[in-house]
Amino acid sequence: MTDHIILVSQDEAGRAAEWRARRSTKTYRGRASFTLMLSALTCLVVAASAQHIGSYAVSQGVSPVAASLPGMIAALVAALVLVMAASAFLKSLAAGRQEDVHTARLLGDEASTRSWKALAWTGALLIVTAGAWFMVVNDAAVSRTFFDLVLIRDSAGKVLRAFGTNILIFSVSAVLILVWALVIALARTLPGAAGRPLRVLAIAYGDLFRGLPAIITIYLIGFGLPLTNLPFLSDLSSTSYAIIALTLTYGAYTSEIYRAGIEGVHHSQVAAARSLGLSHVKTMRYVVVPLAVRNIIPPLMNNCISLQKDTALVAIIGAIDAFNQAKIIAANNFNLSAVTTVAILFIAVTIPQARIVDKLSERDRRRMRAGG
Amino acid sequence: MALVEIDHVTKRYDHLEVISDFSLDIEEHEVICLIGPSGCGKSTLLRCVNRLEEISSGEIRIHGDRITGPGVDLDRLRRDIGIVFQGYNLFPHMTVLENTILAPTKVLGMSRREAEEKAMAFLERIALTHKANDYPDRLSGGQQQRVAIVRALMMEPMLLLLDEITSALDPELVSEVLDIVRDLAAGGMTMILATHEMGFAREVADRICFLQAGKVYEQGPPADILGNPQGERTQAFLRSLRKAGRL
Ligand SMILES: Nc1ncnc2c1ncn2[C@@H]1O[C@H](COP(=O)(O)OP(=O)(O)O)[C@@H](O)[C@H]1O
Ligand SMILES: [Mg+2]
Repeated sequence: MTDHIILVSQDEAGRAAEWRARRSTKTYRGRASFTLMLSALTCLVVAASAQHIGSYAVSQGVSPVAASLPGMIAALVAALVLVMAASAFLKSLAAGRQEDVHTARLLGDEASTRSWKALAWTGALLIVTAGAWFMVVNDAAVSRTFFDLVLIRDSAGKVLRAFGTNILIFSVSAVLILVWALVIALARTLPGAAGRPLRVLAIAYGDLFRGLPAIITIYLIGFGLPLTNLPFLSDLSSTSYAIIALTLTYGAYTSEIYRAGIEGVHHSQVAAARSLGLSHVKTMRYVVVPLAVRNIIPPLMNNCISLQKDTALVAIIGAIDAFNQAKIIAANNFNLSAVTTVAILFIAVTIPQARIVDKLSERDRRRMRAGG
Repeated sequence: MALVEIDHVTKRYDHLEVISDFSLDIEEHEVICLIGPSGCGKSTLLRCVNRLEEISSGEIRIHGDRITGPGVDLDRLRRDIGIVFQGYNLFPHMTVLENTILAPTKVLGMSRREAEEKAMAFLERIALTHKANDYPDRLSGGQQQRVAIVRALMMEPMLLLLDEITSALDPELVSEVLDIVRDLAAGGMTMILATHEMGFAREVADRICFLQAGKVYEQGPPADILGNPQGERTQAFLRSLRKAGRL
């Protein structure tokens, strides 16, 4: 007896009966009824809001079709959600009445899933409705200030042209940063005592420029270098100063990303490369850095997006980028809609990149799973 | 003179003595199997021979030439000593072909064409030419390990170290890897194998060394060690293998 870890009862039939007696069916009645009530309420709120906001828009000269269409869509969605919630509630009722356990479970499960879906849609509808109200309250102050369509249209050309400066600064510094940061990261991962002086220098650089706010670096370089009377360095354009400052700042951040990638390469890969006779440099060049770069594409691209946005900081040294141009227009018209144009531009160039990052990292993840 | 002389080698990690006062000579064309319980120092010993690990004292000589201590050209040394690891360690960002030609082209300066021809000849011998342009993740464990062996053979090593190369493989894939090792042994390659495949060790080894706590506890021809072990520890180890159905 004592040589069993556990002694299982011999009464198989009894245990089976006990197990079956304990089974139960969840009908999700509470969730279904709550969802039904909430979605009914939402339906009313959405309909009333659509009516009110639509007629206000018409009174402001928006064409009746354009004014009522969003409201009608919202109301339609709300009605559909109400139907979904009602059907969930009915399923739940049916699950309670059902004799057959398996059918009842199936119904209960559907009631649960539909309730969750209806709840999620209800939440989304309420948020969108709140947003719509925010735009029109106080005699549409928000819409007028940020979304003056006429001003947006008229200023778009000028702002777009100035946005070219942002793109120039971004592209040149992105390339410089990728190279410069790798140099710093390699210096930081130099092995042995001989590597120490350069390691220390790289660490000092990283600490300094990660600590300095980008806006201060830009300010110091943009206004400071011209005062030094150094040949070449003191008479560059403000765009060039911006590129230098951003490269220094982002080089520090990006080198940390590279370093994390380099140190994240499994040591067995290094052992494999070294055992084939590859030197430290060749191991870095052909194995570690290529692997590291693949692992860090997402953070690298996120850095890129962040860099793109920080090109707007160059406005403080007087470079006429999109933001600066928009600020001038905004000051002349007492209206921020031109700045909204800039915002839209930045968002429009960022979103595709975010999608590319997702695609790239997914593809590489699949490949990297093997090998180890 | 022996090809490899391991002479009173000790290896410590901090205070843990993993290899202690270990001596072993390996003749040219000899196949030596290291067996012993997990953690007895088999991997560490192999890694010391191509200096992926530094020994703490003693010395290792190849053809009578000391390869431990400062001033040894490690990259040069490792060209001539191949090692294959338990986890294959193929480079995941390179195709099979790129994995195999990396070292010959970048270390030996062989032309890409020549290296590819040589690699394809090897791949043909192990029936993997159709995988030449695939990435390692498209290969089974057995196929990856065969490629790893080819990658080592591309450097035409004079000594091959094999560290439990079948331990990570599903049982039905083991034999395809062992076939290559058998072939290499027949071709006269000097090899040191750490292995748990006793049947294979019996067949292919000239000598089996049973390691215990970083020392050679018992060594001799396979028939003696596996059939009629003298030492108590050896007997206990083989008994536990037999119980687990591995012998
Ligand atoms: N890098 C290391 N640092 C500290 N201890 C280690 C290290 N590598 C291996 N060891 C220890 O050395 C001993 C021998 O390991 P290993 O050579 O891998 O054994 P085997 O290959 O025979 O299973 C083990 O006790 C292990 O914990
Ligand atoms: Mg081991």
